[in-house]
Amino acid sequence: MATVAATFDARSDTASKFEANPATRDSAWVKYLVIGVGLTYFTIFLLLPLIAVFVEAFRKGAGTYFAALVEPDALSAIRLTILAAAISVPLNLVFGVSAAWAIAKFQFPGKNFLITLIDLPFSVSPVVAGLIYVLVFGLQGWFGPWLNEHDIKVIFAVPGIVLATIFVTFPFIARELIPLMQAQGRDEEEAAISLGASGLQTFWRVTIPNVKWALLYGVILCNARAMGEFGAVSVVSGHIRGETNTMPLHVEILYNEYQFAAAFAVASLLALLALVTLVLKTYVEWRSHRPVAGEQVS
Amino acid sequence: MFGVNKRVLPGFGLSLGFTLVYLSLIVLIPLSAVFLKTSTMSWDELVSAVAAPRVVASYKLTFGASFLAAAINAVFGLLLAWGLTRYTFPGRKIVDALIDLPFALPTAVAGIALTAIYAKNGWIGALLEPLGIKIAFGPPGVLVALTFIGLPFVVRTVQPVLEDLETEYEEAAASLGATRWQAFQRVVFPTLFPALLTGFALAFARAVGEYGSVIFIAGNIPMVSEITPLIIITKLEQFDYKGATAVASVMLVISFLLLLVINGLQAWTARRTGRAI
Amino acid sequence: MSIEVIGISKTFGTFKALNNVSLNFPDGELVALLGPSGCGKTTLLRVIAGLEHADTGRIVLDGADATDKDVRQRRVGFVFQHYALFRHMTVFENIAFGLRVRPRRERPSEKDIRAKVNRLLDLVQLGWVANRFPSQLSGGQRQRIALARALAVEPRVLLLDEPFGALDAKVRKELRRWLRTLHDELHISSIFVTHDQEEALEVSDRIVLVNKGQVEQIGTPKEIYEQPATAFAYSFIGSVNEFRGRVDGDFVRVGDEKLRFQTGTFKNGQEVVAFSRPHDTEIVANPQSEDGVSASIKRILGTGAVARVELVANGEAREGRKEFFEVEIPGSDVQSLGLSTGQHVKLRGRRLSVFADQNGTQAAS
Repeated sequence: MATVAATFDARSDTASKFEANPATRDSAWVKYLVIGVGLTYFTIFLLLPLIAVFVEAFRKGAGTYFAALVEPDALSAIRLTILAAAISVPLNLVFGVSAAWAIAKFQFPGKNFLITLIDLPFSVSPVVAGLIYVLVFGLQGWFGPWLNEHDIKVIFAVPGIVLATIFVTFPFIARELIPLMQAQGRDEEEAAISLGASGLQTFWRVTIPNVKWALLYGVILCNARAMGEFGAVSVVSGHIRGETNTMPLHVEILYNEYQFAAAFAVASLLALLALVTLVLKTYVEWRSHRPVAGEQVS
Repeated sequence: MFGVNKRVLPGFGLSLGFTLVYLSLIVLIPLSAVFLKTSTMSWDELVSAVAAPRVVASYKLTFGASFLAAAINAVFGLLLAWGLTRYTFPGRKIVDALIDLPFALPTAVAGIALTAIYAKNGWIGALLEPLGIKIAFGPPGVLVALTFIGLPFVVRTVQPVLEDLETEYEEAAASLGATRWQAFQRVVFPTLFPALLTGFALAFARAVGEYGSVIFIAGNIPMVSEITPLIIITKLEQFDYKGATAVASVMLVISFLLLLVINGLQAWTARRTGRAI
Repeated sequence: MSIEVIGISKTFGTFKALNNVSLNFPDGELVALLGPSGCGKTTLLRVIAGLEHADTGRIVLDGADATDKDVRQRRVGFVFQHYALFRHMTVFENIAFGLRVRPRRERPSEKDIRAKVNRLLDLVQLGWVANRFPSQLSGGQRQRIALARALAVEPRVLLLDEPFGALDAKVRKELRRWLRTLHDELHISSIFVTHDQEEALEVSDRIVLVNKGQVEQIGTPKEIYEQPATAFAYSFIGSVNEFRGRVDGDFVRVGDEKLRFQTGTFKNGQEVVAFSRPHDTEIVANPQSEDGVSASIKRILGTGAVARVELVANGEAREGRKEFFEVEIPGSDVQSLGLSTGQHVKLRGRRLSVFADQNGTQAAS
């Protein structure tokens, strides 16, 4: 359901325009009331939790903090989290590009329905997302007995974690690319082909450069979600320490064992990841809408 | 009509084929497992699984708290969107960037952080404790967590519409003698309304399925502060696969309905404002 | 290079965009495909380019069947209506694109590419924008760059889709003249699509008039303007007065009145439409005159050599609308006929062109 986060949007700075215009300017007390109430709400619900993560992480000192991060189970959780993201992001990237190419550059019946289906994982509860793989690959599931016979573990093992991660991050890149590529149309590709470019040349030299910022944006969001996913992964993981724990699951285990400082230490890494994501996202938004140097003539 | 060699741009068959196969393998086939499994249950089994008092209590909490959280976000989200687009103030860019934090912050991290703040020894919990208000480890905690994760939706649906709104409308209203409040109420708000409703629906849909941020702060007391996704997990841990699946299918059906509603609302917004969301 | 179009049909869903179109484009000419929007002219252009595939029919380029050839193999230069410039590339790179994507063996050296692009930039008189991006150019500049890009691959034929459609009136006029001059220099067979008759009449060597997926008439601008072959051609090109009625001997009966026409092979009683250009329409000051359709003068414009008289039909309003007429007469006639606003007069055609009144195409004038 992160449809909005995923919207690739121009946000030019219009506030000063509104403030300069007498018809759209609000009186000072309205302005400060709105800002005051808005910022209070923002602080209580967003800022304080973010600060709390770091404060709690260092409550027992830097020693405990770093000890919690280099502990073997923590390191193994970090490795698994990176692995899950490293598999699911590229797969969803290939899917996103391929789906956007088919949908934006060609006409075929049922296109809007396909777009809706691609959005589906956003509206499915993460817990249900985990459950469906248990039903397919679990011991009681469709392929469970067969997998068991051949000694292949999917559920309560790394493959299950990767699958659940792919599911919850499935639409991120596709839904960045589809509207943008649809808006861009086929003209530039047709021009390239008419100038003698091959299909692949057209794709690499015309299509990809035109969508690179949207692509990067999708990858950033997809990666953040892949590394942070909790509910879906929790269902299929089995919580085996040092083996099937991702960072968010490791946070949960530490927390439930009342090792609060350690839990917040690992959580602070994830919070840092979130901040980096926001910085990159803001940068990409800024880059993709920055006018090319020089003045507009037309 | 589908003759591949009749198309000027290459790769249609390949890209659509891969898209459909991948979509089926990752999403459609596994999701269908829920309904296939549910369909093997007898009616009585199904009813006793999805209509047990503890489960019904969880629906009430999940949907009630989600609705309330989305409503809170509709009000304050509109306020924030207005402040961010219409006023200049120091730190505005940073606030704007941080609005998306709930999208980027892993839910488990949000869960323990909110618990730390709203527990009775936490920064806010300690302030409310003397007033007899308890937030963490009860239904109010659920509301707080769901408000947190839904916060960006309304802001991010309303903000672009507000930015694109030409000043002419308000200028016209002013020239016709309307006060600022009248201009807002009669000109600006009706334009924003579809986007606001879309943001509300998105926040609601997200909250209904939320798990990670809630379980730490909710206390998870059966019949009181247990959300539906947790019921599914609990049933799974007791190896009650049928029960878990039955409840999941209820949630899925509701998700699909919400998806339809949201698609409709987005189409409405697009028609009203001439822009796609 | 010659272009032959043989029996091309193309349907989109239930819409017949092209209906069995056959055409021959002579070598080296600048041809306009003219018609109202939705008439199929752009589709025809795209079919010739290979950007669209016809349901039936063949395209023959330079005597060789190109129907199954890919757009890349046809060596046509296509200029898109909205230019389709690659927005992430500079003007220079846009023009160089077609050369850079060639297989290594055929690709010119970097030095040759540079020289060629610069030559083209000079040709379109835009050398100074080489390092700009398309978004920094005006519409007219973009159009010229799009043309330079298409020319870079040395196409055998140049196809332009509404080349001036997105430009404002002044730039349009300039670019039109420029395109004509450029064509006279290069002599590359060119086809351009337009819905603007003035543009077609002014720029092209030959006009193909298209309507509802079919060719109505082919001819030089002079032929098209002076001898329209069909009712559609008559009403689409230039301003014209239109009279609907039935044939009655040597006359067309319009309501209670009648107009004499010269020649034709119509049955008595056949429904027809008669056309008369403003300068071929006469005003008879005597409203009792037997020949002519009665009208009253609304306005008299122009006091110079030519006066334009606007009139409105006297009889019943047809379909709720009064019919308007326009007549051009020597300025001196206004005086000699004693015309004034509000006066009742009769109109008749000096050279009335009469066509069967349907969407048919029989001609007799």
